[in-house]
Amino acid sequence: MTASGVTGIQARLRRDFGNFCLEVDLALPGRGVSVLFGGSGCGKTTLIRCVAGLEPKAKGFLSVNGEIWQDDARRCFIPTHRRAIGYVFQDAALFPHLSVRQNLDFGQRRVPREERRIAFDQAIDLLGIRPLLDRRPDKLSGGEQQRVGMARALLTSPKLLLMDEPLAALDQPLKRDILPYLQRLHDELEIPVIYVTHSPEEMTRLGDYLVLMESGHIKRQGVMQGMLSNLDLLSSFTEEPGVVFDAVVHQHDVATGVTLLNFAGGTLSVPLRGDVPGQCLRCRIVPSDVSLALSRAGDSSILNILPARVTEMRSTADPGQMMIRLDAGGIPLLARLTRLSCNRLRLEVGREVFAQIKAVAFLDS
Amino acid sequence: MLVLDPNDLKAIWLSLKLASLVTVILLLVGTPIAWWLARTRWRFKGVIEALVSLPLVLPPTVLGFYMLIAMGPHGPIGQLTQSLGIGLLPFTFGGLVVTSALYSMPFVIQPIQNAFAAVGSRPLEAAATLRAGPWDTFFSVALPLAKPGLITAAVLGFAHTMGEFGVVLMIGGNIPDETRVISVQIYDHVEAMEYAQAERLSGLMVALAFLMLWLIYTFGTGRTKEFSR
Repeated sequence: MTASGVTGIQARLRRDFGNFCLEVDLALPGRGVSVLFGGSGCGKTTLIRCVAGLEPKAKGFLSVNGEIWQDDARRCFIPTHRRAIGYVFQDAALFPHLSVRQNLDFGQRRVPREERRIAFDQAIDLLGIRPLLDRRPDKLSGGEQQRVGMARALLTSPKLLLMDEPLAALDQPLKRDILPYLQRLHDELEIPVIYVTHSPEEMTRLGDYLVLMESGHIKRQGVMQGMLSNLDLLSSFTEEPGVVFDAVVHQHDVATGVTLLNFAGGTLSVPLRGDVPGQCLRCRIVPSDVSLALSRAGDSSILNILPARVTEMRSTADPGQMMIRLDAGGIPLLARLTRLSCNRLRLEVGREVFAQIKAVAFLDS
Repeated sequence: MLVLDPNDLKAIWLSLKLASLVTVILLLVGTPIAWWLARTRWRFKGVIEALVSLPLVLPPTVLGFYMLIAMGPHGPIGQLTQSLGIGLLPFTFGGLVVTSALYSMPFVIQPIQNAFAAVGSRPLEAAATLRAGPWDTFFSVALPLAKPGLITAAVLGFAHTMGEFGVVLMIGGNIPDETRVISVQIYDHVEAMEYAQAERLSGLMVALAFLMLWLIYTFGTGRTKEFSR
């Protein structure tokens, strides 16, 4: 049954703790990674616990891709163990009395054979934990534990993967080790993910859809690109995340030493990369790396010059600077310019310009 | 070489039988109570905890006295056992089992309750997200993780029942093969000025108690930390 033809996740939930109250009305897409982003204590963990059914005192309505998991109006509450979720805890929560292999088997054994869609070998190879199978959890590093926790969750063939700050307890080098695995999860599996984090890096790197949370409420939600380029929301991010989009490796030109990438707004040339053509890369362009010109400069050192249109202009906290929002063939871009440059170019909304992109960062490496 | 007369052997056998039976009963009854106490957020849970711990502080004679009355012909337990056709429990092995179970209850429930509390809710939540229902979670996660507490509980319950004296005197008296356990037998020896025999039995008790505690510190709660990392 598809509830009123809607896929995706609908949640109208309220959980009152007395001194803190979570109250949300949320609609998430049924595929890709939705990031719940906000500072500590904003209720993001409580929210995914509600989705998992771990907060039985939460009131409201929850449906996931057409299945109703909670509807208090109809006294319906599916307990956690009957929800087809995978849950990755911040601290991995491996069972200390079981070996890694037994931990992995724990969930898989309890799923009927015909509902298993992820094979044991697929999961352990995806997360690179084959050498750990016979070890005990207390003999694993934090990063290894977390990878086992992820594989364990995947092996229940979940219809929804919930991840509660899976990297927060790890130090920076370990984070770098584990992010590529998360990215592979994202790229190779068609499971919708709700990912809780307070790290801008993880948010921009993994997210497709962004939910900004603040003191138990949803401040704003939307597609990642649009949210990151929304000038109203810039103050919500501790650091300027820049604009994020996905591009596909088109071809390598070894002679000139560049790699060409295709993205929705055109083609980008970047210093030669080792990726195979067809590989999808997540790119980031920060506002200070974008400058504007009224004509396409033929004598510039800048490789990437994209035609664009000014869609919004905004003063920044720094009175000498302006933030310009651009539309480059459907992809939003942000440019940080001095007020003086804006005046000289006579920039205004609707003006056609050329965006000169000094640098493209890759979030995959 | 340890020389024990047949009456001593009978007393030892009876004590072992009583302690084993009481331990099994308490593990079966006490584990669910301990689980409930460790998990409930009921406001008056303290009342139940106090009741469970009462035998720790009561003189055995007080507990024995009330049980004697309760199991007597006019007491509630006595009327129940009579209507079931079991007869009266005082001065029988059955009566000793019931009263000993009550008397040793805190020694079994408290370690198990502490062990369940130490497990916390995280592993149980993890199990639920991995499709394990409540019963499944209890047997496949909670019990194995509480194993050190269960071992401690079993050994303490057994040892405490082996060593009891006051309750036995009140409820069981001194009937060979029925209620004359080791501690009573020692008392008899001393009354009869048979110090050598009393000493042998007492030494046996000391050795046994030491062995039990050694077991706990090797396999029981003492190693909980190691188990749960």
